[in-house]
Amino acid sequence: MFFTGLLVGTANGLFGSGGGMICVPLLEKNGFDEKKSHASSIAVTVILSFVSTVVYFTKGNLEFSTALKFIPMGLVGAFIGAKLLKKMSGNTLRKIFGAVMITAGIRLLMKG
Amino acid sequence: MEIITIAVVSFCTGVFASLGIGGGMVLIIYLTLFAGFSQLSAQGINLVFFLPIAVISLVLHTKNKLVEWKKIFPAMISGLVTVIIFSITANVIDTKYLEKGFAIFLIGAGGITLFQRKPKNEN
Repeated sequence: MFFTGLLVGTANGLFGSGGGMICVPLLEKNGFDEKKSHASSIAVTVILSFVSTVVYFTKGNLEFSTALKFIPMGLVGAFIGAKLLKKMSGNTLRKIFGAVMITAGIRLLMKG
Repeated sequence: MEIITIAVVSFCTGVFASLGIGGGMVLIIYLTLFAGFSQLSAQGINLVFFLPIAVISLVLHTKNKLVEWKKIFPAMISGLVTVIIFSITANVIDTKYLEKGFAIFLIGAGGITLFQRKPKNEN
């Protein structure tokens, strides 16, 4: 669990994201069932994200007004996603998302 | 940024976040590749975006007794050490290195997501 936190904090601190992707499988390896690993992962990452946010704020690198524009529909998406995806297989979406991430990563690497 | 684009991107981010497969990355990808933000700015925006959604989710999950607070406490403590070190690092290094590092992280995480086995509880 200690090692899990070290890795999640590293990703969250360095990239402002990705902590959940590391935390969930590590919690599952620590014996958490799927639902509890997702829920508990949010608990870990929200605290770490709050600390990251404070650091970004003190360094003058937070754009609140831009972020606020994304929150309303983000909440809608999170709510609808949670409701609908209980009935659907998330596996196809994961594969699509994985492919999108790889493509985006390659584009970012090639960006000048 | 157009309102419709923001709505679609944030909706998709919320959906992927609810699936627990990294919604924040969707937002950061959009902000850096299509909206012209620097990697550091995009990360900061994502952090602010994530917090209220995560807090609401956490309240619901706690109510449903899904959060193992005692068990994850050690992870929170060790995570606090590295998150402070690396968020300070992110804010002082050249944003180009941050961008390339994030790109490599995306490719790795994407590969894991793509080839991840289906969870046991899913249809």
